[in-house]
Formats: sequence, C-alpha cells, structure tokens
Amino acid sequence: MKARTRAAAFLLTPFFVLFTAVMVVPIGYAVWLSLFTEKQSGLGFGGTETVFTGLDNYTAALGDRAFREGFGVLLGYCLFYIPLLIAGALGLALLLDSALARARRFFQLALFLPHAVPGIIAALIWVYLYTPQLSPVVEAMEAGGIGFDFFSPGGALPSVVNIALWEWLGYNMVIFYAALQAIDRSVLEAATVDGAGSWRIAFSIKVPLVRASLVMVGLFTVIGSLQLFTEPLILNKGTGSAVTSTWTPNMYAYTAAFDRNDYGLAAAASVLLALTAALLSFGVTRLTGRRKEKAA
Amino acid sequence: MSRPRPQSAWLSKTAVNGALVLAVVYMLFPLVWLVTAATKDAGGLLAGNAFSFEGFDLGGNLSRLAEYNDGIYFHWYVNSLLYAGLGAVVCSLISVAAGYAFDKYDFRGKEKLFAVVLLGVLVPTTALALPMYLLASEVGIVNTYWAVLIPVLVNPFGVYLSRVFSAGYIPDEALEAARIDGAGELRTFWSIGLRMVMPGFVTVFLFQFTAIWNNFFLPLVMLSDQKLFPLSLGLYAWNSNAHAEPDFYPLVVTGSLLAVVPLVVAFVSLQRHWKAGLTAGSVK
Repeated sequence: MKARTRAAAFLLTPFFVLFTAVMVVPIGYAVWLSLFTEKQSGLGFGGTETVFTGLDNYTAALGDRAFREGFGVLLGYCLFYIPLLIAGALGLALLLDSALARARRFFQLALFLPHAVPGIIAALIWVYLYTPQLSPVVEAMEAGGIGFDFFSPGGALPSVVNIALWEWLGYNMVIFYAALQAIDRSVLEAATVDGAGSWRIAFSIKVPLVRASLVMVGLFTVIGSLQLFTEPLILNKGTGSAVTSTWTPNMYAYTAAFDRNDYGLAAAASVLLALTAALLSFGVTRLTGRRKEKAA
Repeated sequence: MSRPRPQSAWLSKTAVNGALVLAVVYMLFPLVWLVTAATKDAGGLLAGNAFSFEGFDLGGNLSRLAEYNDGIYFHWYVNSLLYAGLGAVVCSLISVAAGYAFDKYDFRGKEKLFAVVLLGVLVPTTALALPMYLLASEVGIVNTYWAVLIPVLVNPFGVYLSRVFSAGYIPDEALEAARIDGAGELRTFWSIGLRMVMPGFVTVFLFQFTAIWNNFFLPLVMLSDQKLFPLSLGLYAWNSNAHAEPDFYPLVVTGSLLAVVPLVVAFVSLQRHWKAGLTAGSVK
C-alpha cells in the first residue's frame, strides 16, 4: 500500500511542480505587483522607486475610459458571438446527425480544418478578404448590392466575430456531434414509433440530452472570449480598421505593460480580467448545476 | 405513422446536405484563397482576382522565402517544430502520468486535488503571460528557449483527458497481473499503463502540439531575439513591415501557407485521435 502512495506522489509531482510555477505563482505575483507603482523619486533625477500604493492601480484602471470601454466591447462580442457559435455548431451537428446526411466523415473533417490554422494566420487571411479591391468577398457583396466596410467603426465587431466563428465553429460542432452520437439509439427509435417527426426529435429529445456539452462549450467559449487579443491586434495594425490598440482588456493590459511600461497598472488589469473569468465560470456552473438538481 | 412521400424525402435530403455543403464552402474558401494567393507575386496579389493564377510565381516566392535574411523563415520553422514537438511530448508524458495516478491510485485528498486541476482549466492563461514575463526576467530566462518552453508543459485539461483515457484504456486486471509477476509500481506504469493508454497519449499530444504551434501571445511577450521566434511571431513581424513595404506580402502569404501544412496533415491523418479527444471532453 505504501508503495502505491509513493508511486502516486512520484507520478503527480512533475505536473504539480510545474502547475505551481506557471499558474499559481504568476497569479500571486500579479496580485502582488498590482499593489505597487513605480514613481519618480525626488525631482526625477534619481531614477524610479517602487512604492506601495494599495488599490490605486485598480482605481486607475477602472477610472480609465479605455479600459471600461474594453469590457463594453467584450460584452458586445460575447452577446454577438456566443449565441451564433452555439446555435451554428449545434445546428450543423444536428444536420450531420440526422439520418439524411451523407459523407459524414468528410463533412466533419472539412468543417474542423480551420482549427488547424493558427489564430494569427486566420486573422491575416481574413484581413485580406476584408480589404476592398483585394477581396473576392467584398466584390461579391458589392455585386449583390451589399456595401459593407469591415474596417468602419460599425464593422469592427462583425469582422472579429466572423474570424472567431470561422476558427471555432467546426471544432465545437465536432464536440456536439460526438455527444449526439452517444445518445442511446433506442430512445430515438421509441420517439419515432410514437410518431415524433425529426424536428420534434431534434429539439425535444436530442438537444436536452446533450445539455452537458452545451454548458461545457459555453463555459470554455466565455473564458476564451475574455482573452480576446490576437485577431483584433492584427486588425489594429495598419489596416485602417476602427479597432484601437486598447480595444479589449487584454490589449489594454498589453499596451500598459509594453508601451507605457506601467507594470502595476497592467497587473491590475490582468487581475480584474481573471476575476471576471472566475466570477463568470462560477456563475455558469452554479446556474446550470442548480437547474440540474431541479430536474433530477 | 405517416410515411413521407418520396419527393419530400428527396427534398429534405437535398436541403440537409446543401446546408452542410454551404458550411464547408465557408470553412474552406479562405484556405483555397491562401493556396492561390501564395502562388502570386506582389503585383498579382495586390491586383485582385484572388482565385486566379494571375502573376503565377510560386517558385519565386519559395526561393525568396528561403533566402530572405539568411533563411530566417526556416529558422522559425525549426523553432516551431522544436517548441511544439518537444513541448507536446513532455507535456503529454506529464499529463498522462498525473491522469494515471488520479485514475489508478487512492490517496487522501485525491478528489480535492483533482478539483484544483479542474480549476486550472478555467484560468485565462493570457492574463498570466505578463506576470510570467516579469518572473522570467527575474530568473533571467526572458528571451531564451526556456521562456516559451516551460509554460507550455502544463495543460490541466490534458490531465483531465488522461484520467478519462486511463479509465477507458487500462483495465485494472492488467495492472494486477503485472504486480503478481513482481513488477514495481513505476515499472508497471511505464511498461503496461503507458503502452495501453498510447491512443490517449497521441490525442493529448496532438492537441498540445496544435496549441503550442498556434501560440502567439506568450512568445510575443517573452521573445525579442528574431532567431528564437516561432512561425506565428515571425509572420506577425513580417506582416507589420508589409504595410510600409508591399514586397513583404508574398512572403507573409507563402509563409502562412507553409506554416499551416503540418497541422493540416496531422489532422487529416490522425482523425481518430482528435475525435476521441473531443468525445472524451463532451460526453462526461
């Protein structure tokens, strides 16, 4: 018995040592850093010194309009992106799961393939496809009478949402499809025998049965959305897009650290972002957990 | 039960498959564009007609890619292979060891410890990049291979998956048999457990390889020496130049195409494994 405990400890140690080093310690360090500010000492001749300033960095971040607007952008992004992603991925999975679909392996692979493209390259491709004069998409839209400027203020959110959808729709579709495939077929046969049509079966039986994966995808998508950075950064760099360099809170933290060298402020912004993620995931699991208890 | 008439059955079959084809077109046309665009010279690229082969110069693009700045692009390629390959092998090994321990052993506080792992899944990692950068500069490893390699060795979701796979692939009887034969615990893990859980290992490896290959934020924060860049960061740097010097556009596009190839090949040839990963994640 002792040998087994020792073996378990041995096998768990590498993971937990690294886990502590790259997750626990940086979280603690971020909190610590956020409590200090670099100040010019004396008349500004003696370089800088680090001073404890309590929650000043937090009030500075929250008092900065750019930071608050970043959260506004995130909120708009989540409300726009997450319903589209989940409805789209679930819809495609239901189509693929229906008895009518052909070539299922091909469809799964083809829809999943954008996941093989790094976010930065996906953003580069789509920026080309958004650029008037270069893009077959803009051209086709204009030919169809739809003039849309992806780089205008109103185009900022849709253009980022589209890139994210392209990257994640197929990935999440495969998750839902796997969950649908795991449904006991006799349940579906019983419903058919009872005279339920395929729409009825899809929405009254299949969807409720894959609720757990809906919650999981929703949770991961919220956490991923909060970290939005790469795609808007590419749009921000030299395209003339309305996306600013502090468009999302993560971009705000990055510019605070590396353009303004204000590590305290950047740490405070990061901590606030992580706290938001924690609160949201707590909220989502609590909410769905309670509903599950009621159902049981 | 009313049988649908053959005509309406044909209609709904067409509608379902038609919708799926439309979705596939949306997913694949940016990739097709990438292929045709990579064959063009700067003039052809900026002249529009995206899907034609006007100004065909794939050979020229490839040789410029190989020559520019003493072949720095292929330096980045090797770096990406090193970060993603080495990082994913070590990460998978660590994850599978931990997942196996969670699955096969009982010890005090096990489920509490596992809850910590699950909490780790929910941490927004980019929020940690900045403090990690400052820590790395204190330790003196900023702008080295280690700064990018060490953080990607940890993947809590990999541990979760490994526990699921360990339960699914390794029957307890096989371990008992090895113990009766007198094998030690670690030897049993190494020669029986690890071998049986190999399909799961490949799955964790594939997802971690993809995550590291696609990683951008961490190298952006950690690295300033071009020689250490992975592809993602190098292409970003080139793209930033391209706004001033359009000659960079064909380099960025052709470089992007080559950067996507390994993952596309991996996903096409390892379909069983990424499906297994997404299934284990979804059905819990």
